[in-house]
Amino acid sequence: MLSGEILQVAFQSIVANKLRSFLTMLGIVIGVGAVITMVALGTGAQRAVEEQIQRLGTDLLSVYAGQSFRRGVASQDRVSLTTDDADALRRDGYALKAVVPELSRNQQVKYGNRNINVNVLATTADYPEVNNYDIEAGSMFTYGDDDSRRRVAVLGYGVPDMLETNGAAMIGQQISIRGIPFEIIGILAEKGAQGFSNPDEQILVPLKTGQFRVFGTDRLRSINVQVLHPDSMNVAMIGIERVLRREHGIQPGAPNDFQIRNRTEFLSTAQETTQTFTFLLAGIAAVSLLVGGIGIMNIMLVSVTERTREIGVRKALGATRSNIMLQFLVEAVTLCMLGGIVGILAGAGGAVALAKLQGWATVVSPQAVVVAFVFSAVIGIFFGLWPARRASLLDPIEALRHE
Amino acid sequence: MTGQPQAVDFRTGDIPTPDVIILTHKLSRDYHLGSEVVRALRDVSLQIRRNEFTAIMGPSGSGKSTLMNLLGCLDTPTGGEYWLNSQKVSELDDDELARIRNKEIGFVFQTFNLLPRATSLHNVELPLIYAGVKAKARHERAVAVMERVGLGDRMQHKPTELSGGQRQRVAIARALVNNPSILLADEPTGNLDSHTSQEIMEVFEGLHEAGQTIVVITHERDIAAHATRQIHLLDGLVEQDFTTEKTA
Repeated sequence: MLSGEILQVAFQSIVANKLRSFLTMLGIVIGVGAVITMVALGTGAQRAVEEQIQRLGTDLLSVYAGQSFRRGVASQDRVSLTTDDADALRRDGYALKAVVPELSRNQQVKYGNRNINVNVLATTADYPEVNNYDIEAGSMFTYGDDDSRRRVAVLGYGVPDMLETNGAAMIGQQISIRGIPFEIIGILAEKGAQGFSNPDEQILVPLKTGQFRVFGTDRLRSINVQVLHPDSMNVAMIGIERVLRREHGIQPGAPNDFQIRNRTEFLSTAQETTQTFTFLLAGIAAVSLLVGGIGIMNIMLVSVTERTREIGVRKALGATRSNIMLQFLVEAVTLCMLGGIVGILAGAGGAVALAKLQGWATVVSPQAVVVAFVFSAVIGIFFGLWPARRASLLDPIEALRHE
Repeated sequence: MTGQPQAVDFRTGDIPTPDVIILTHKLSRDYHLGSEVVRALRDVSLQIRRNEFTAIMGPSGSGKSTLMNLLGCLDTPTGGEYWLNSQKVSELDDDELARIRNKEIGFVFQTFNLLPRATSLHNVELPLIYAGVKAKARHERAVAVMERVGLGDRMQHKPTELSGGQRQRVAIARALVNNPSILLADEPTGNLDSHTSQEIMEVFEGLHEAGQTIVVITHERDIAAHATRQIHLLDGLVEQDFTTEKTA
């Protein structure tokens, strides 16, 4: 019964002072809205980084040819990574699932009467699996194709576009790489640009075919290594280092002439950065919510003063201190929660607008919405408590005499 | 003037007889103004019986407002005892006093003190809301008491849409709705013209005839004349206390 009265009076009071209630609520709306938008922005950035990590694979290491040193002088002519290194890793590496050597050069490619210059990558048959590529059409070449040095090619998703041709129609057709005819047997699915390189704009050929028929060299650009489990990354790296130092005959204490890179390393740094960024944005937005809360407190104090007479009457008619306190507390919380709801809608709208207009990744997470809503209620309680307490402690005689 | 009202001797530790609705025993109220102590009420002992219609009179500063606040449980005494309807209320805490105000006392104020945003019916329902009465019973009782004060056709009007006399009737209905032990009216005609004042006093007389105990605080002799007993205060003391024949 009493709760009905308390809610009714709270709404009456909010409606009776429409403009004032609206302006007070605006503080909360802006605060909550800002928090929602900022958190959505931060979450979106984080999500994008996570997706990128997933796309790269969390269990991949790359070994690159580095500088070799002879008597402390950097040398250019030494072959740092060869197919023999890849074989050694495959044979002696520890906790490795797959070793994928990559031998690549930009080559002149001709299809029909069209000419393009594109990256040709000679690699093994497990390249798509290790690097998370799907096959769009046709199939990948096999280890058998590799061993028999067959002239078959698998095109990246972007290549048919570069050749201004329909992809599916190219399967079974001839393409010439550096004047050597290849049969097109498959097309990879789209992966999307990653940083500086576009992995969709390349042509895959079997490693040995590339080594002996196209490039005439066994100098690898890199060896990609898939470890058995993301947790065994460090052991695997130590194993790779050991094997390659032995293969290259590097003296103890001499520096490596290769580099081992964990591909996700720089991305986890990026992830930490975006997380800090999210907290920072949310923190700044929370300040505006705090200011909104102070606005609520201010207006509730005004309301208590204005309604001193009413408080006196209610006390004379039998309202207890807690009745009066609850009355004003509910009013403050109602104001805040209404502001919170509008703020959530405005914030979500803002996030969507940013995504649409600026192309920024934003994610309005349900947790953020719930937290913002609960937080606005808490703001109402926190900033409503003192005015409500003041109201409840009013002396009824003084209150009834108040003009 | 027909003589002194009968009062039983009362000592600390006694319990008043059930027909005594209000009993004060050496009731006093001191105010501290800086280092000065103002003794607004000095050891006032009173007994008001069921169905008495009492007027408390006195010039300003005589202590009648202080007495009214104490009788209405809006204030607590600094000394003495106050018994209301066989309950010793002079030592109750704030929440218990709120309950006593709700159940035992019906207030009528000079300035009506109705809630401006609520309908007259809702104003009348307020004490029942704080008493925890359910909506249906509340509505029925409020309607009944509104009809009793002759406002059955004004229930959905807001106070601003009513005349002064009608507003005071709403206030009387609100005071009566919880069947209080006493109706406590503080200058109930102070904001009304003489004709309306007469009407309101007739309402009080009607209630008195129906058995209601009424205490009216006033400084107007012709208002006090409606009462069956007059208590005159001066400087915080009872100066005169006598019963009267009702003027016809």
